[in-house]
Amino acid sequence: MGNFEPVIVAFCCHYCAYTAADMAGSMRISYPANVKIVRVPCSGRVDTKHILEAFLNGADGVYVAGCLENDCHFKDGNIKAAKRVKYAKKLLDEIGIEPDRLEMVMMSAGMGEHFAQVASEITEKIRKLGPIPIKKH
Amino acid sequence: MITAERKPMEEILDFIKPYNSILLVGCNECVTVCAAGGRKEVGILSSSLKMAFMKEGRTLEVKELTLERQCDPEYVEELANQIDQVDAVLSMACGCGVQEVAQRYPEKMVFPALNTKFMGASESQGVWSERCRGCGDCLLGITGGICPVARCSKRIMNGPCGGSTNGKCEISPDVDCAWYLIWERLKAQGLEDKYEDIIEAKDWRPSWHGGPRTIIREDLSE
Amino acid sequence: MKTESVLEKVFKSGKLVVTSECGPPRGALPEKVKEKALLLKGYVDGINVTDNQTAMVRMSSLAACIIIKQMGLNPILQMVSRDRNRLAMQSDIIGAYAFGINTMLCLSGDHIHFGDHPMATNVFDLDSIQSIQMVKKMRDEGKFQGGKDIANPPKMFIGAAANPFADPFELRVARLAKKIKAGVDFIQTQCIYNLDKFETWMKGVCDRGLDKKVYILPGITPMKSVGMAKYMKNRVPGMDVPDEVIKRMAGVPKNKAIEEGTKIAVESIQRLKEVQGVAGFHIMAIEWEEKVPEIVERAGLLPRPEV
Repeated sequence: MGNFEPVIVAFCCHYCAYTAADMAGSMRISYPANVKIVRVPCSGRVDTKHILEAFLNGADGVYVAGCLENDCHFKDGNIKAAKRVKYAKKLLDEIGIEPDRLEMVMMSAGMGEHFAQVASEITEKIRKLGPIPIKKH
Repeated sequence: MITAERKPMEEILDFIKPYNSILLVGCNECVTVCAAGGRKEVGILSSSLKMAFMKEGRTLEVKELTLERQCDPEYVEELANQIDQVDAVLSMACGCGVQEVAQRYPEKMVFPALNTKFMGASESQGVWSERCRGCGDCLLGITGGICPVARCSKRIMNGPCGGSTNGKCEISPDVDCAWYLIWERLKAQGLEDKYEDIIEAKDWRPSWHGGPRTIIREDLSE
Repeated sequence: MKTESVLEKVFKSGKLVVTSECGPPRGALPEKVKEKALLLKGYVDGINVTDNQTAMVRMSSLAACIIIKQMGLNPILQMVSRDRNRLAMQSDIIGAYAFGINTMLCLSGDHIHFGDHPMATNVFDLDSIQSIQMVKKMRDEGKFQGGKDIANPPKMFIGAAANPFADPFELRVARLAKKIKAGVDFIQTQCIYNLDKFETWMKGVCDRGLDKKVYILPGITPMKSVGMAKYMKNRVPGMDVPDEVIKRMAGVPKNKAIEEGTKIAVESIQRLKEVQGVAGFHIMAIEWEEKVPEIVERAGLLPRPEV
């Protein structure tokens, strides 16, 4: 378990978190390589099904990163995403998988440092949780 | 529409535990509209069940199929060429759809993934509430378009009862008093006098109390 | 006279009627019924026997009524439509009448949600108004609700409840009118603490001449404590307890609360006696039947007439 490297999928909104990740890069702020970014046009594009598929296909943790409240480029995609994440957490709980493996985070495009910090924190949390308790075939 | 809600995962898993492959059948009608058993929910349940099996070190094969209408034999026929390839069927339709599939494929185990709830309307996004109980003898013409059979907790035909408070039902402040709504509507229509007409004891024969019901349109039936 | 009911006779005599009630025990304890009924002997003209009140299972109202009847007292059979369909209701009414019980109260009943069997089915084949119609048809036409003849039809004096404080207030007189149209003979109301509002309701009743068509008994329930007053105000659906009543109950030391509650009850009766249309009182001392005689006496309602 000591050298367990979790796989983490981050669904990042093009208008905020994805740009923040980019900024972290240009500012030379490093964040864990565990985080695989999936760029989405809005966090509201992320469906419960996408989240579950990420887990099914090998993710140990998933997070959805959207804009700050009231800042969504599409009005309230981030709020909808947050509700879906909450719903998906319940589903995970029902099938016996720690809901903590899934999070919703919010940030703005200028928060490069924050992006890196969130990526590290979530990676650490999932590292502590260990591999997702489903046997991959 | 007919509304429904997914059963607890534990109950569904208990149904399909003995099998390795299932046909997960959605329905494109009411349960799609109330977000309980359409194509999307089929996808989500499929992934969830697969994960739950993987957690036990098992693999569940899921064939996903959403029929246009699961309560119609023509559409249920579409399952014929897949049914032999699976151990069991899990239906995400209302009780009508589940029974239609079970009847057509008597040799297969067919399980419900949903709890069928009521005939209702969408109040707002993601909120549905009961409107009709199919009593077979519609009263809406004399009750201001609001149904006391479905919407009064005590099914009172001459309400409101003594428990009505601030327009809400005695059972919960979240439930509207149907008779308060009826009265408001009658007032708005200038039909206050109508209120004092007694609605006589209901004949329940046209409803479920008369036994299972059938409708036969002779001009259409064979 | 429509019936042999003592209640009807006292009403007809023009004297104020007094009724009270007793809740049957939650077990096969006939002595309990007798004990409670004995406390009321000589102080009231009729004893309501509740029917699974607050949707909790108790000894059946019919059985307890029979016990009370056999003591030579006058039980009033309460019957809710929550637990019985029209078949069961009619057979119980015939059964009651076969034992000489001739006065009853038609109610819908508290919703099952409130009781200790919230998982049970609600029946509600009829509502209270339709129940009144049914009992009247049995009495006046000698026919079952379904239309067939009854051999020796039960002649019931028919009561019902009214809550002058439920919402919408503007409908409260109209709903009473509907019960009268259905054939009710007497009305017992919800506990009255807001006398002003009750009087407003009564004025509405009299303005329509309804007081000439039905006997109205305002409900009186003595408060035991300020806690009870607050509970009734905040927790009991359709109950109107004004702040002055709470203040009065809160304004006396704990050991004087019972006396203050009794005083309020007695004063209420004295004030309401003068109100046009009031035909007597329904004194409900919930699980506190021993308090009723004192209130009846202090309110000047003794002796009860011999009819």
